[in-house]
Amino acid sequence: MKFTLSWLKDHLETDASVDAIAAAMTMAGLEVEHVDDPAAKLGPFSVAKIISAEQHPNADRLRVCQVATRDGQKEIVCGAPNARAGLVTIYAPIGAYVPGLGVTLAEKPVRGVVSNGMLCSASELELAEESDGILELDAALEVGTPAATVFGLEPVIDFEVTPNRPDWLGVQGIARDLAAAGCGRLRHLPIPAVEGRFPCPVEIRITAPEACPAFAGRVIRGVRNGPSPAWLQNRLRAIGLRPINALVDVTNYLAYDRARPLHVYDVSKLSGGFVEARMGREGERFRALDGKDYQVKPHHCVIADGAQVLGFGGVMGGEASGSSEATTDVLIEAALFDPIRTAETGRDTGILSDAQYRFARGVDTGFVLDGMALATRMILDLCGGEPSEVVLAGEIPAAPESFEFDPAYVHRLSGLSIGREGVSEILTRLGFGVSPRGAHLMVTPPTWRRDVTGKADLVEEVARIVGYGELPSTPLPSVSASGNGVLSSRQNQVRIARRHLAAAGFAETLGWSFIARDEATLFGGGTQDLVLANPIASTMDSMRPSALPGLIAAVKRNRARGFGEVSLFEIGPVFRGLQPQDQGLVIAAVVTRSAVRQWDGGATDPLFDLKGELFALLEAIGAPVEKTQIAQTDTRPWWRPGQSARVQLGPKTVLAEFGALHPSTLKALDASGELFAFEVFLDAVPEPKKKSGKARGGLSLSPYMPLSRDFAFIVADAVTAADVTRAAAGADKGLIDEVRVFDVYRGPGVAEGSKSVAIEVRLQPKDRTLVDADIEAVSAKIVAAVEKACQGRLRA
Amino acid sequence: MVDFVALQADLTAQIEAAEDLASLEAVRVAALGKQGAISTLLKTLGGLSPDERREQGPLINGLRDAVQSAIAARKTILDEAVLAARLRAEAVDLTLPAPPRRKGGVHPTMQVMDEMIAIFAEMGFRVAEGPDIEDDFHNFTALNFPPKHPARETHDTFFFAPDETGERKLLRTHTSPVQVRTLMSQAPPIRIISPGRTYRIDSDQTHTPMFHQIEGLVIDREIHMGHLKWTLETFVARFFETEGVTMRFRPHHFPFTEPSAEADVQCDRSGGEMKIGQGSDWLEILGCGMVHPNVLRSCGVDPDLYQGFAFGMGVDRLAMLKYGVPDLRDMFESDVRWLSHYGFSAFAAPGQAHGLS
Repeated sequence: MKFTLSWLKDHLETDASVDAIAAAMTMAGLEVEHVDDPAAKLGPFSVAKIISAEQHPNADRLRVCQVATRDGQKEIVCGAPNARAGLVTIYAPIGAYVPGLGVTLAEKPVRGVVSNGMLCSASELELAEESDGILELDAALEVGTPAATVFGLEPVIDFEVTPNRPDWLGVQGIARDLAAAGCGRLRHLPIPAVEGRFPCPVEIRITAPEACPAFAGRVIRGVRNGPSPAWLQNRLRAIGLRPINALVDVTNYLAYDRARPLHVYDVSKLSGGFVEARMGREGERFRALDGKDYQVKPHHCVIADGAQVLGFGGVMGGEASGSSEATTDVLIEAALFDPIRTAETGRDTGILSDAQYRFARGVDTGFVLDGMALATRMILDLCGGEPSEVVLAGEIPAAPESFEFDPAYVHRLSGLSIGREGVSEILTRLGFGVSPRGAHLMVTPPTWRRDVTGKADLVEEVARIVGYGELPSTPLPSVSASGNGVLSSRQNQVRIARRHLAAAGFAETLGWSFIARDEATLFGGGTQDLVLANPIASTMDSMRPSALPGLIAAVKRNRARGFGEVSLFEIGPVFRGLQPQDQGLVIAAVVTRSAVRQWDGGATDPLFDLKGELFALLEAIGAPVEKTQIAQTDTRPWWRPGQSARVQLGPKTVLAEFGALHPSTLKALDASGELFAFEVFLDAVPEPKKKSGKARGGLSLSPYMPLSRDFAFIVADAVTAADVTRAAAGADKGLIDEVRVFDVYRGPGVAEGSKSVAIEVRLQPKDRTLVDADIEAVSAKIVAAVEKACQGRLRA
Repeated sequence: MVDFVALQADLTAQIEAAEDLASLEAVRVAALGKQGAISTLLKTLGGLSPDERREQGPLINGLRDAVQSAIAARKTILDEAVLAARLRAEAVDLTLPAPPRRKGGVHPTMQVMDEMIAIFAEMGFRVAEGPDIEDDFHNFTALNFPPKHPARETHDTFFFAPDETGERKLLRTHTSPVQVRTLMSQAPPIRIISPGRTYRIDSDQTHTPMFHQIEGLVIDREIHMGHLKWTLETFVARFFETEGVTMRFRPHHFPFTEPSAEADVQCDRSGGEMKIGQGSDWLEILGCGMVHPNVLRSCGVDPDLYQGFAFGMGVDRLAMLKYGVPDLRDMFESDVRWLSHYGFSAFAAPGQAHGLS
């Protein structure tokens, strides 16, 4: 909402500066976004008169002018075709910043003649979009008059109107709050009563009272429409409105002066002798004042006459029935339209008019007839004519009811210490009806304050007028700190995982929760229910089933920038459905194979490197790593078969998946090369058990040296390393501490389809030093166990 | 008669002259080996008379000891030389690179989230979470946005298609639904923060369609705006880690709070760089207010008994402000150079002893 200082002063007696007013507005809740002071912008510019204009010696299109300026006579080179002796125009001195050109004037010769300034066009001063010559001003203007004075420009304040305060969409409403906040005195301008001279010749009907509860109409006949006076045009222009004609300008003026939207119809273009507010009918259409054609829907409120739809009620009128310079008889509409329907019509049609904006937020229900009176007075003053009586169809809604308010509640809710008198005074200044009832008050909100419905609303009114700067700063009551932290065990797992992976060399990223649908489909998602109805882009329309597509895309982007070696992770949500329980939390990471060539030829296998990182992570977040199995069959389609696996606690509890990504999936994502990844499904990872105390339990350390024995078994290729180690470890659980594969061999000496798996078994005696017989006994058990479980045999 | 002095001198000279362990060994064998000169002398002791032995014995033994220690001394020197030569031979160029190590880091948004959680944890706030996909009730209606109210439009909401009952789910536009869920599931007193992802249809230098918020909620019998002010002043002072950040509370409007406020921090924009805590400008950093009685009522809490405050702020935006990130969109770009520059060490977890980051 924009307004000018002089406009505000129509309603507010104040000596405050623009800056003081802007500051007071902001602190009262009218957040000033911008103060545009054209006087500052046009400061260097002033009126000048061309004394003579001679042809430039070296350029056909240029003239060398002698100009009378406030700095004395100046020689100025000018290229405008209308530069001529006697012309009164605007002069800019050297050093002036010309806003329309974006340059600061410097003294420099133009084709050999030094120009000591510049003569300006309207567009160079940003007074018009374009111009075809320098300004031609009233010859009576005195040389040296500041440009801002010539154009009647003054500071414009632009501020944010919060949706609860439609009354701030009128300058009077702004003045009222400023006065209440101590920034001047509100002028109570009388509403002129204008007697009707004859019955209203147009009947007003309402057939949709839910959409249009009240509609006042009045005809003024014999008006002379035409351009409105300069003061009115200047006011409208200053806030960015385009003057149309006197009748329309009056309605626009009152929309901004009093937040009272009005509409005027040319009576000669109405048919049927009536105008009605009704719901739209399927198939109806009309051309609105913006020149566009609109389809009417049955849930739109329209104004219609006997023949056709004239406009959307409270949104925009129609071209056919609008006023023009030829209009002599005019029907003024002052109506009330339902905010929600008006907002809907605005959304449906995309029309954002001043009327729609105001009705959608709710206009003052108590100002329908006053608005009509003000409009009549202004039209009579500007256009003459003879007014009819006012007819009112429907009913003006009842004013808000009074309610009881305990002024002590101000202190209870805000902490401010304001007595009953103070509360009463502030509310009165804001237009509330206030009367005492015992220690309490009876408060009646004014008709323009339907946002105030309860006691908390009144506290806000008092607090913002007193000023939030007066609020006390009161420490929160302290709560006993247990020292246990405030995170749940799950939140703590996330915290540990983040710091662990960062320390392990993965950079944390944040991926979008929505991805392209075909990408979601590749990773088991992309179902219709998880597609957004209004995505910001088609590549971000589906809720992701996995964090991997986002990480792969990140790798791709980095590769495209020339950074091919990447290790990234993300901790974030994935979505299987729309219900809260369908949302999962994953920890996903992706790494590329190191492209760095090492001088010693050393290289690690990225797949097993990643496996190591995954298991370290699982251990760090307290997952029962020792109980997990690795399942390599039937991995999901985006994993490379044979080089990927699930880490699970039984087939139904998959803690993580890891491995190489499927080449086809990568190809579909347009990501070339190999990629290795894991994804941990945090919801499947058991939360660490709550312990009763902090003590760790006793530690029993064996005093006897552990010892190792190596075995090699010939087993079928299909037998996994885990099969062998599990069998060996189970041979004597009391003695065997660890089993580790240290070699896998295929080739000469081992039959086709078989392999040799060599393991190192570490024995940890607990109660005595082992003798050879003990070792032989356990070795025999190990060999027997592996031979039985894996159909293997000890390699000779 | 053997000239012990000459023999010792001769042997010592040979020992000193030995250039390597083999020649030293040859000297040793020649002197102390079975057939060695000194061994031979020792053998003669048995054939001597007691008197001769008393005289010759110490001389021969002395000679033997002297030669032995000379050999040992020479051996030490030669051993050291051998070792030194081997070590010289095994020298490597330590300017060669070590195997590459990946460098990881914590994303600035998540670092700032941790910082905020640490600050509020100290004030006794617990962390509450909720789903990203919400329903109209939790995101709007319970928060006093009446159906079809224009205030909803300011939220630029992402919607899903309506289901068979006509209900359409949405992506939460703020983490306030977590407040609703908390109010509905637990009795006051309540003191929580709710961090998480939030979504609005918006994209420019300071807006992304997905961003992070942290909200706070305190409900008890006598919590008033003064407590709100203290809480946020305390937070801001600790978060920006500068003394005396001046804050300003301005009236504002949110459907879910009454009275409502926006809070600004003092800042300096001159010189093209934003400096918090100095200068004469103001920067809006958060919205807050006293929880609207309608919100409490919607959640089954009696507003005549309980009251309290709520606040909310953008985590990414505060990360940008604190750590000088120029463009919000870069937060989601995953550029490894950016992550390395703006990311945080794993060990920069906020703590009371060493500070926030």
